[in-house]
Amino acid sequence: MQFLPNIIFVALLGGAIFWFSKNVGRIRRNILLGRDVDRSDNASGRRANMLRVAFGQSKMQARPIAGFLHFIIYASFLIINIEVLEIIIDGIFGTHRFFAQFLGGAYDVIISFFEMLAVATIITVVIFWWRRNVGKLDRFHKPEMEGWPFKDANIILYIEVALMFALLNMNAVEENFTSSNHSFIVSHSIAPLWSGLSDSTLHLMERFFWWIHIAGILAFLNYLPFSKHFHIILAFPNTYYANLEAKGRFANNATVTKEVKLMMDPSADPFAAPAPDGPIEKFGAKDAMDLSWVNLLNAYTCTECGRCTSECPANLTGKKLSPRKIMMDTRDRIDEIGKNIEANGEFKDDGKTLLGDYISQEELWACTSCNACVQACPVDIDPLNIIMQLRNFATMEESSAPAELNAMMTNVENNGAPWPFSQMDRANWINE
Amino acid sequence: MTTFSVPTLAQMNAAGQAPEVLFWVGCAGSFDDRAKKITKAMAKILHHSGVSFAVLGTEEGCTGDPAKRAGNEFLFQMQAMMNIEVLNGYGVKHIVTTCPHCFNTLKNEYPELGGEYKVEHHSQFLNGLLKEGRLKVEGGQFRGKKITFHDPCYLGRANDEYEAPRALLEKLDVELKEMRRCKQNGLCCGAGGAQMFKEAEKGDAEINHVRADEALETKAEIVVAGCPFCNTMLTDGVKNREKEEEVQVLDLAEMIALAEDL
Repeated sequence: MQFLPNIIFVALLGGAIFWFSKNVGRIRRNILLGRDVDRSDNASGRRANMLRVAFGQSKMQARPIAGFLHFIIYASFLIINIEVLEIIIDGIFGTHRFFAQFLGGAYDVIISFFEMLAVATIITVVIFWWRRNVGKLDRFHKPEMEGWPFKDANIILYIEVALMFALLNMNAVEENFTSSNHSFIVSHSIAPLWSGLSDSTLHLMERFFWWIHIAGILAFLNYLPFSKHFHIILAFPNTYYANLEAKGRFANNATVTKEVKLMMDPSADPFAAPAPDGPIEKFGAKDAMDLSWVNLLNAYTCTECGRCTSECPANLTGKKLSPRKIMMDTRDRIDEIGKNIEANGEFKDDGKTLLGDYISQEELWACTSCNACVQACPVDIDPLNIIMQLRNFATMEESSAPAELNAMMTNVENNGAPWPFSQMDRANWINE
Repeated sequence: MTTFSVPTLAQMNAAGQAPEVLFWVGCAGSFDDRAKKITKAMAKILHHSGVSFAVLGTEEGCTGDPAKRAGNEFLFQMQAMMNIEVLNGYGVKHIVTTCPHCFNTLKNEYPELGGEYKVEHHSQFLNGLLKEGRLKVEGGQFRGKKITFHDPCYLGRANDEYEAPRALLEKLDVELKEMRRCKQNGLCCGAGGAQMFKEAEKGDAEINHVRADEALETKAEIVVAGCPFCNTMLTDGVKNREKEEEVQVLDLAEMIALAEDL
């Protein structure tokens, strides 16, 4: 029976990793439902972008206060997780503070540093909670944030605080052991709270906090795939696979190029039958799986911070369009498609589509393509790219563009200008 | 209008000549009465600097930008291929344009379709002339005047060019007062993405009115733009506040042409 804790721990750890992998696999499958685009080029540029934007948090700092606060939590997360490694070793082998024996006096200094980070995290989380729940920050209270997204954000903050408290109290209890030979800077000052208890109670309490902490971490890990907080993982691949070209460059559709070249080729046979092989290509995107896998990766990476929406000229002037909602809709729809596939073995038409049931034409046509949302995103998400693909579908497949735009396009087609002027008058300005 | 002639590429070609640069005028610059003034100002500067240039004239067609942004990839590529046929036919190597939308499309979206040129926004090209000493600009009538600059989305965020227009303004000895939202964070004028050609969706304000208000907040006497569409939108926004008597909206090219009394 002396190995019971080890067995329970290994089972818990194994189960947590299993469930997490399973759900990550599910998200990966959903992302790969997207159309293929080639982002295998420029590996060094991509690595540099990932290091700068995700690891280095460069775009977060565009808003210095939020950027700084976020950096505290981010740095704490990265650094304190070194301790999780020790917890796992202790849990599996039944050791206690496995690293202490190798580090000597340095161990207490290191753990003290971790404790200070834990306190900084708690303070930051309180500020974040205040900003979200009491403060009047507009971007946290847009229509798309009602319900689950708002709750999700708070749950994350509560879990983070609970984990930090468990860590600090575990250390504080231990300092009261008669056999204790550790003392850490923060827990030292809260240790008196636990004084006066018997050694056996103290050991029980220490174990309690130890288990709460690790079980909490594993639970949090498994919460990630269901939460906007998944960005802590996907921010890295997302910035790696981000568009590194000029933001104004919109991809040219290769199928259209083929057709246009054929049209302009005087030697082409106008009666030639279209190539029979392969499915008929659809122009643009109507549903989530018509989008590229990068668009879908973007959607799962979005942590709903709303910087895009707060910079969007359409949203700022009261239009329905919100770039954040475009991302959330895309994620919710591809998630729904994934569940549909799980239930039916393959996708069974559910009569719904991204354009229409999630994103309305009114939202779609309010975009000025100004790239403010793309610029604002701290993890290089590109809502504009999705909007443009939906417009491609609306215009080329449905002919549902606003009437004035159809008139403009007719002018371009007939006169080579968006207005009804004659091509022959183009150079009139020279002599006017 | 002009004391000099503006040749078309066809004319130059017929005479066995090739210009140093093609001035891509764009639809707004060709047809819009306000934008034509920008076109003329640019032509004057080019002439004044001794740049050998030509225009396509009736052979120029819409780059396809508004069609592409409105979702019509087909129409965009038709326009692009026709323009590329013409440009390549004349062996064009270098293009300058006063429209950031034309600039972006020619620069970024044409190469894949077979049209590879050195494409510059006029702010970049004029900076080049300054550096080479071919164009000399002094403050003239604008010296000490308080101005603000509106970053066109398709020059700024779309192509990361924020410095060229500001370098030109610096030469004019003006007092540049930046708006609260500028450069990477500049607010759109509301015209991009084919919005110029349609009514805005239902909302509680017009984008161009909000942007013009931001410009007016700086107390600038002149709002400078680098795009004919931004120019129209901001002019309308200034009129919305009935400030058109006090505040002018001018293009970078017009500023230089006026400063040099061209």
